[in-house]
Amino acid sequence: MRIAIASGKGGTGKTTVAVNLALALGSAQLLDCDVEEPNCNLFLGFGLEKQEDVLISFPEIDKDKCTLCGRCADICQFNAIAALPKSVMVFPKLCHGCGGCSLVCPDGAISEAARSIGMIERGIDESFNIELFQGTLDISEPMASPVIRQLQEHIDDSTVAIIDSPPGTACPVIASVAEMDYCVLVTEPTPFGLNDLVLAVAVVKQLGIPFGVVINRHGVGDDGVEQYCQNEAIPVLMKIPFDRDIAVLYSKGTPFVKQMPEWGSKFREMYRDICECVSSGVGV
Amino acid sequence: MVKQITIISGKGGTGKTTITSSFAALADNAVIADCDVDAADMHLILQPDTFETHDFYGLKLAHINKDLCTGCDTCVLNCRFDAILESHIVDPYRCEGCGVCEYVCPETAIVMKEKKAGEYYCSHTRFGPLVHAKLGIGEEASGKLVSNVRQRASEIAESSGKGLIIIDGPPGTGCSVIAAMTGTDLVLVVTEPTVSGIHDLDRVLQVARHFRIPVAVCINKCDLNPEMSQLIFDHCAENGVNVVGRIPYNRMVIDAMLEGKTIVENPDNELSGEIGSMWSVLLSMLGDNNG
Repeated sequence: MRIAIASGKGGTGKTTVAVNLALALGSAQLLDCDVEEPNCNLFLGFGLEKQEDVLISFPEIDKDKCTLCGRCADICQFNAIAALPKSVMVFPKLCHGCGGCSLVCPDGAISEAARSIGMIERGIDESFNIELFQGTLDISEPMASPVIRQLQEHIDDSTVAIIDSPPGTACPVIASVAEMDYCVLVTEPTPFGLNDLVLAVAVVKQLGIPFGVVINRHGVGDDGVEQYCQNEAIPVLMKIPFDRDIAVLYSKGTPFVKQMPEWGSKFREMYRDICECVSSGVGV
Repeated sequence: MVKQITIISGKGGTGKTTITSSFAALADNAVIADCDVDAADMHLILQPDTFETHDFYGLKLAHINKDLCTGCDTCVLNCRFDAILESHIVDPYRCEGCGVCEYVCPETAIVMKEKKAGEYYCSHTRFGPLVHAKLGIGEEASGKLVSNVRQRASEIAESSGKGLIIIDGPPGTGCSVIAAMTGTDLVLVVTEPTVSGIHDLDRVLQVARHFRIPVAVCINKCDLNPEMSQLIFDHCAENGVNVVGRIPYNRMVIDAMLEGKTIVENPDNELSGEIGSMWSVLLSMLGDNNG
């Protein structure tokens, strides 16, 4: 079972839901796919061990063989190669690693080298039996999706995998949620929360993934989100109240199920609802 | 020379848009650019009256002509993004538009086609011109759309004699953040006193340092965890980063949002003064007193 925790708007509580759900269930995998700002382990404090680098290829040009024909720059859709009158310049950070340049080069002057754009770490907690995989995109690197894709290769389908997705609706979100059995959309009951929830719903609908909504900070704003969910027949899986104690626990990095055990059973109940929805195919 | 300030946060939901919209209200000679293109919210407060809409074309998408395709799999084998399924159908979410399949196809059955990947808009608002955008679902090239928004904002600033562009940036550290901050004169990072806030602040400060952009910090909801706020303050001081504002939590932030107003439009609250003085400090950092 693969469950993604996503949201259009940032800061609505994705990590809170992902971490507390993992702790409440136990015997689960947690994958932090918000590789631009991975935060799950701030709340778990696991000892992390590096597993691997995320490598992406980029062209290296042999000046002795290059005849400056410019075909490499012509095929490159990412502006990663500039053919100048007397040399060819490569901008590795713009390169997507498609290999087009080395295919078109008539002089065999282009070879591919690899560079790291991020890494994957793993941590394990034996008392909860939680396995955490965290991806981190290196500072100043633009492309998050390759890190997310490589991170997801660690999913073990014999257990529950909980995916903490990045915010938004762009490609890193698709890379995070595309192959999930279910998507939990976390929002807050404000106009910003509603506006971005509607965008996130469009994403999961287009991908055909069953989904439900968690309303965090319930009580702060208005009932726009609830009315929207009611009108669209979207299940509201859980409401987490706006509670200063929860906010302070969050600020310190303490998952609130640890201090408020009654929430453990609420998260387990939510998981049962999700399983029911996935097995019945309702909610797509 | 038009000055530019970009407001980012690393972590989402720290109050970027709330604070940026207040700056929009305080500035009297600025163009506003909403560069959080995949979850734009500024329009909810600024209620724009759009006078110009542009289509945005991102990367191309491969199309396979079934009549010409012989199923030879050359495209499948050469695609590095696993975007061509065994059934010789292109997965639009995986295709990055590189054109390798078009090049290798021996039957010329594949063509790369332009694909509309969003829109961007120029609008009038009660605080001046706003350039904003909507990225299509799951699109690549959010960085390119951010660049288009910024380009149009610069043109409007030049043609209408505006001295400043206020850019509301996206969360994170990746392509759209880099596109929103490169070449600006000042970056303001809005953070919050939580373990995630400080972690994410630290990462965006490294990004700003990498691109050599001057940076200032605002600690929002600073009274939520005063010790953590002090920790952020000390961390910034150690790194020579100016903390220009400390804004306490106040429920009127959400009340203002519900009314579609900026915080400073109701001057009768404790936050307006704090945001006003922060804005003055930022303007002096920009070396520009006519923003």
